[in-house]
Amino acid sequence: MSGGRPGLARRLAGPQNRNLWFWVFVGPFVLGLFVFTYVPLGWSVYLSFFDAHNTVSPTEFVGLDNYTAMLRNDAFTDSLWTFAVFTAFIVPTTFVLSLSLALMVNRLRRAQAFFRSVFFLPAACSYVVAALIWKMSIFNGVRFGLANTVLGWFGADQTAWLSTTDPPWYWLVIVTVRLWLQAGFYMVLFLAGLQRISPTLYEAAAVDGARPGWQVLRHITLPQLRATSVAVALLLVINAFQAFDEFYNLLSDARGYPPYARPPLVYLYYTALGQGQNLGLGSAGAVLLALIIAVVTVGQARWFGLGRSDEKGA
Amino acid sequence: MTINRRTLLGSAAALGLLTACGSNTGRDGGGSGGKGPRLSHWYHQYGEAGTEQAVKRYAAAYREADVAVQWRPGNYDEQTAAALLTKSGPDVFEVNGPSLDQIRGGQVVDVTDLLDGVKDDFNPVVLAPKTYDGRIWAVPQVVDMQLLYYRKSLLADAGVEPPRTLDALVDAAKELTTKKTKGLFLGNDGGAGVLGGTPLYAAGLTLVTDDGKVGFDDPAAARALAKVRELYKAKALLLGAPSDWSDPSAFVQGLTAMQWSGLWALPAVQKALGDDFGVLAFPADGPDGRPAVPVGAYGAAVSARTRHKDAAKDYLKWLWVDKTAYQRDFALSYGFHIPARLSLAKKADALAEGPAADAVRFSTENGHAEPLLWTPASRVAYQDALSRVIKSGANPESELRSVVRKVSAELSRVRKKYA
Repeated sequence: MSGGRPGLARRLAGPQNRNLWFWVFVGPFVLGLFVFTYVPLGWSVYLSFFDAHNTVSPTEFVGLDNYTAMLRNDAFTDSLWTFAVFTAFIVPTTFVLSLSLALMVNRLRRAQAFFRSVFFLPAACSYVVAALIWKMSIFNGVRFGLANTVLGWFGADQTAWLSTTDPPWYWLVIVTVRLWLQAGFYMVLFLAGLQRISPTLYEAAAVDGARPGWQVLRHITLPQLRATSVAVALLLVINAFQAFDEFYNLLSDARGYPPYARPPLVYLYYTALGQGQNLGLGSAGAVLLALIIAVVTVGQARWFGLGRSDEKGA
Repeated sequence: MTINRRTLLGSAAALGLLTACGSNTGRDGGGSGGKGPRLSHWYHQYGEAGTEQAVKRYAAAYREADVAVQWRPGNYDEQTAAALLTKSGPDVFEVNGPSLDQIRGGQVVDVTDLLDGVKDDFNPVVLAPKTYDGRIWAVPQVVDMQLLYYRKSLLADAGVEPPRTLDALVDAAKELTTKKTKGLFLGNDGGAGVLGGTPLYAAGLTLVTDDGKVGFDDPAAARALAKVRELYKAKALLLGAPSDWSDPSAFVQGLTAMQWSGLWALPAVQKALGDDFGVLAFPADGPDGRPAVPVGAYGAAVSARTRHKDAAKDYLKWLWVDKTAYQRDFALSYGFHIPARLSLAKKADALAEGPAADAVRFSTENGHAEPLLWTPASRVAYQDALSRVIKSGANPESELRSVVRKVSAELSRVRKKYA
């Protein structure tokens, strides 16, 4: 047995092969992340500076032309505005609904696990399946659709939910399916946050004479949920701008997609991967959208003071 | 051998890597067993029972190559467009095109020579969009068309004649609308998707002129689109049906008295309604108008990335040029299509009488196909405008002015890029 320095292989493997086993388990995922995420991402940025119709190996450099074309494109900018409005609506709505569900479930003394599962179950449902159920069964526009049948009992005319733009009933369909699918997931996040709040805080508040209900919610629960709330709000904003599945399945047909309620990703899908096959222009749009989401997310995180309490505590 | 923890983990990791590295090139399994190279032939999923078995039978009969048929459900056009960027795509494939950018991008092989001596026997309306720069880039397989179905008994009960003008169509749809039945079904979006340029052709215009200019910069275009809006506004259109325009269910279930659908729906309509229906072209509008029928054709093309170009071309010629019995079988034995070959269409008994014969007549007398220069960007701009006019009541003149600008720019791009 030699008492000298161990070989390079041994040093890389680390004590008790810890480094080796770390890379055996983590390596495939890092490799996958690199190959399937970072390389395409970098390639997409590269493509965005080229004329790339029907090719991913372009040769004609066009500089920022794709970016200016995308920013001048009514269809793309309209989709951004539409989704800014949609975000402004869906984020607080989902936030309030999921928080309310979490508060209700948290107060239950019995069957809490049951109700938690009931509200969470829709999160396990595919967006595509939910969209098709909403479109074909509940909100189809003929007299035997569920919504029209119920309204028919009260003498109302049948409504073409997804085809009517005045009033825009299609938003009702889109918003309800999104709320149904998402609220349970965020409820679980809030529930986890609620269960981390120390009961002694509530006891102290009660001793100090705080009234249960709104006063305790405002001064104890909501401040204690700040980190969870910021995370939920960030995820909701990102999800709103990345909307694709339920919009595509509710509103598209074999011939395309109507101009209203067209999410930016659906537009980019048609531009880059649909029959348009304009991969340069689509890539420029994807970069712009990613930048917008990043700026909004960072701005929002700063606004909410994400991580500020950690710095204070440090 | 003793299996210890490390052996087990190592084997599992190796197995995982092997699984991850596996690939589906579309060339595995299901080949015809011919003596030549292995060819992969892609089709989109047809709704008609028996079609898949038929094309596999044709492929199995070819002895000069080992042809594997892939039957692909889902967004077929997107799948092929993406596959053509890689080497794992098809050798021969069915295509609803090819598009101008696919042709000019060198993604498909020139097949002009395969039609030597028989070119004039192919329906010129569907051959034109597959021709660019005097060369042919796909062999049309069958002709599909859209047309207006009407229920004779419902029209008779309401005292309405089958509409021959767009004004008459609007009036008829209003007359036929009752509490339970709507007058007309143009798709769940009110016609914005399926009608496309048809109202423009009905007004005597075109999408793109023969010399490559915008073909609808004319007041007649706005007038025709305003009438389609009138149908929507009058609540005479069926909207939100469980199945869309391509399926005749809404028509045969009595949800609508008239429906815009495809020739493929004719057998199902005939089975459900017997003789109680007729077919029409989209009615003419205005003094220069003419009835309009959109026609299209899936074609068979050869991918430029195939390693077996000559073998793929030989196979394509054998199937879609030489084997006329297979072409007739494919067009008429499963769904209901018009053979792309004029000689075969003339000999088809199923197309000789009744509504089917009317449909064939419309396709030859009033048929129009989307021009090759009508690129996806132009189509999106026009369909967005059409949707805004029909559903949101946007002003047709201003919407069309905006579309004319965009389409002109797109046509300039195409001319500049490919000059």
